[in-house]
Amino acid sequence: MCDTCGCNVTPGNEHLVAAGGHLAHTSSGSESIEVLKGLLDANDHQAAHNREHFDRHKTLAVNLMSSPGAGKTSLLEATIEALGADLKIAVVEGDLETENDANRIRDKGVPAVQISTGSACHLDAHMVHGALHDLDLDGVDIVFIENVGNLVCPASFDLGQHHNVALLSTPEGHDKPAKYPVMFRAADLVLVSKCDLLEVLGDFDPDTAESYLRQIANPAPLYKVSARTGAGMDSWLDWVRQAVEARQ
Amino acid sequence: MHELSVCQALISQVAQVARTNHASTVTDIYVDVGPLSGVEHPLMRNAFPLAAAGTVANNAILHLQTMPIRVRCKECGAESEVEVNRLTCQSCGDWRTNLISGDELLLQRVVLENSNAGVKANV
Repeated sequence: MCDTCGCNVTPGNEHLVAAGGHLAHTSSGSESIEVLKGLLDANDHQAAHNREHFDRHKTLAVNLMSSPGAGKTSLLEATIEALGADLKIAVVEGDLETENDANRIRDKGVPAVQISTGSACHLDAHMVHGALHDLDLDGVDIVFIENVGNLVCPASFDLGQHHNVALLSTPEGHDKPAKYPVMFRAADLVLVSKCDLLEVLGDFDPDTAESYLRQIANPAPLYKVSARTGAGMDSWLDWVRQAVEARQ
Repeated sequence: MHELSVCQALISQVAQVARTNHASTVTDIYVDVGPLSGVEHPLMRNAFPLAAAGTVANNAILHLQTMPIRVRCKECGAESEVEVNRLTCQSCGDWRTNLISGDELLLQRVVLENSNAGVKANV
């Protein structure tokens, strides 16, 4: 959205504009100024810049989001093993502290840039921009951005990615989309991870998870995967291949 | 807790508007924060004074406004007001809906004052 063509006027605020409210003067002589600008405008501007950078290199950018410990890094390791020979992959890792996850990725022979956010609970477009300075995108087919493990804050910040993928690990319970609607509304694909545990857990119903996802009006596909056993990984890998092709 | 970053972004926009309009003080800030924006009103209220301290909005009052969550059904066209985690059509029950309000995170309006008493800024 921009603040020049009027596309930031939504059904929610148009009455303010229509009522001649552009400059409503108050009785005290102070001045009221309509702004109608998204609060995250600066982030969104930077995100658009990042997206242009990816597009120039025909690189697919995927933002991976989930709770801590849902298996984002394990999914990436398995994905690199499966696709690394055909596609050039790079990873941006977001964590509060340590280079542990970036090192796991580097051990697979893939370049990884670690963003240590300190106490920040999410990545924003400026942090990703900084990381891209350390990442040569020439010939890179995919950049996976592994967001900070958190089902709340990352959903609010556009990073310049083309797709959001949310992981929902089976031990977390199937009602996560109802509990964290902002996050799961933003997902273009939901992966039910650690599906090898379904049998042991006994109380996670993937169909119920899917119905909660539909109740927040999200048509995103939902795949069951296990990075450990490889079960269901083909659907995910096909999705990645198709998304890469779409950027070429 | 990203409300502080959101407030810092808010203050930076408000300061820009104040500069553009040659105002010395911001007295009121009106923000739309929808239930689906990912930002919580109480946390935003707590974070605001921290972000505003020492800025042109130091003494400004933050007014948080909420839009109802409304969806339009893609199947039957009905509009309904819905709950935050149940965005289905209240008329026909279909889940395929478009959100028409409720995810706003928008600086709507600021009230400015110029320190030269009685002199209003020209916009």
